[in-house]
Amino acid sequence: MKPAPAPTPDDASPGVPGFRTWRGVYLFVFACFVLVVVLLAVFSRLFA
Amino acid sequence: MNPLDWIVLLVTMVGIAAYGAWHTRHTDHLDTYLKGSKTTRWGTIGISVMATQASAITFLSIPGQGFESGIGFVQNYFGLPLALIIVCAVFLPIYRQLGVYTAYEYLGRRFDAKTRLLGAGLFLLQRGLAAGVTIYAPAIILATVLGWRLDLTIIGTGLLVIIYTVTGGSEAVSLTQKWQMGIIFGGMLTAFVILVARLPPGLGLGDATHIAGAMGKLQAVDFSINPDKRYTLWTGLFGGLFLSLSYFGTDQSQVQRYIGGAALREGRLGLMFNALLKIPMQFSILLLGALLFVFYQFQPAPVFFNRVEWQQHASASRANAILFRAIEVKHTTLQAAQQDTIRAWLAARKQPDSAAEPAARAAMLQAESATEAVHAEARAALEAVDPLAKTRDSDYVFIGFILDQLPHGVIGLLIAVMIAAALGSKASELNALGTTTTIDLWRQFRPLAAHDEARNVRAAKWFTAFWGVVAIAFALFAGFAENLIEAINIIGSIFYGVMLGIFLVAFFLKRVGGTAVFCAAVISQTLIFALYLLRHHFPVLDISYLWYNLIGCAACVLLGLLFQAGLGITTTEVNIG
Repeated sequence: MKPAPAPTPDDASPGVPGFRTWRGVYLFVFACFVLVVVLLAVFSRLFA
Repeated sequence: MNPLDWIVLLVTMVGIAAYGAWHTRHTDHLDTYLKGSKTTRWGTIGISVMATQASAITFLSIPGQGFESGIGFVQNYFGLPLALIIVCAVFLPIYRQLGVYTAYEYLGRRFDAKTRLLGAGLFLLQRGLAAGVTIYAPAIILATVLGWRLDLTIIGTGLLVIIYTVTGGSEAVSLTQKWQMGIIFGGMLTAFVILVARLPPGLGLGDATHIAGAMGKLQAVDFSINPDKRYTLWTGLFGGLFLSLSYFGTDQSQVQRYIGGAALREGRLGLMFNALLKIPMQFSILLLGALLFVFYQFQPAPVFFNRVEWQQHASASRANAILFRAIEVKHTTLQAAQQDTIRAWLAARKQPDSAAEPAARAAMLQAESATEAVHAEARAALEAVDPLAKTRDSDYVFIGFILDQLPHGVIGLLIAVMIAAALGSKASELNALGTTTTIDLWRQFRPLAAHDEARNVRAAKWFTAFWGVVAIAFALFAGFAENLIEAINIIGSIFYGVMLGIFLVAFFLKRVGGTAVFCAAVISQTLIFALYLLRHHFPVLDISYLWYNLIGCAACVLLGLLFQAGLGITTTEVNIG
């Protein structure tokens, strides 16, 4: 029996300017998603 | 369509297919054929992932959804960015590390052969079914409105995609998808600009948006917790998360797009590209539909947008002709009255501190209800004269606009958009079906052949062609649900939850072994089939199909744990090799 493979560590550099880790990239994408949902909710209210 | 449209259509479609096939004609390494070039960068991967998901029905059906029900459908995609983050952080590194060709190969290494076969079998079943819809969807609409023969449209588009997918495999798929997405973005942007330019004089984009909003077409986010509502923030977040996680994490047609590439980074950035752009893209297409609704408030709109269906039944008998004509006259009269109420409301809302605005709004909504009642009357009349008539016309709204309102050349470009989208998603499906059949079935039963690379490539080509022919045959002989995008999502939701459950157990529940998860998956899938088939007999079971993803996944995980506890095995048989 062999152990299950461990995922690659997320602290490797993503090579994206402004981001040192993948966690930073994921947080940025998540923040953008929240912003888009908030903007859509505001849009709905504005044009209701 | 005139000769200019035909030239634009044929040059773009045949040109891209020929370029893809020619450029990748020497692809004879299994790795390149199944995973694409090792030098593929994140932009290509991102576009390929997007093109795989965006089929022709995205561009035919979704504007119709926006026209008919508003932009609330965008909530369906709310789970997608979250799912893609999870796929990037958990699924993709494991697939890359193991160097698998298919997601189900991983199941074989983590569990056992029977679980791998079950995963591959569920994928082949659901994707094989969906493949028929993907090829049928644009064909039926284009054939209806353009007067093309349905069978020749299905066979023509089917053969085109088979040729370049079989020739160049995954590399040809990614290469052609880049060009196809270029055509799609260019075409849709052109349509949007022309739509705004064709709004009546004095009516700007802002006014049009306000009208759409006042008519209830711009409710993008619905916080309701009513389980009967199909699209709410909660169904989108939870059901959509499970649907997207399953689709992007376990559906080979997507996994195959991002497991190749130069490095892990390229796949991750390609997926993050989609996480950022997908919701804005879907919002834009839905908004186009909502603006089409406003456009047709000021333009002579047909009472029923599938005009061919309407005319066929109108001309079937003299009684039908009189009945249908009366409905058309009523619709025209009411539409003219509605235009007046809209203009009155616009004038009222621009008056400072106008107390007339609420009354004008009420009058406008009342006029809209009256027009909608005539639309319903038209559908009922169609059904009365022919119970088998196609009474849903929202899929025909955008294509009707293209043919009626756009200049020649641009019509050809927009028809090319539809066909490009169909080819792009179809190619990924065939590529994935062929790969899964080769890797997870054929090589399993012919282990000696696994070492003969040339034979593997030949087998993959034959299986890809086989699935292409199956999809064409299915599209030719099967009848499909009227709303095509929902048909695809419903088929996916029936299978995806259980599939995701198997993978979540594999990734996160190391104690659970193959036999336990296999039994759990079989029972959970049976449960979902039962829920779907019995939904009309028991009202309590009539829930939004997005919930099937969550229920199937939860059932599979919980039953897996339960069976494992019952089996009394506390260690995992992991077979990495």
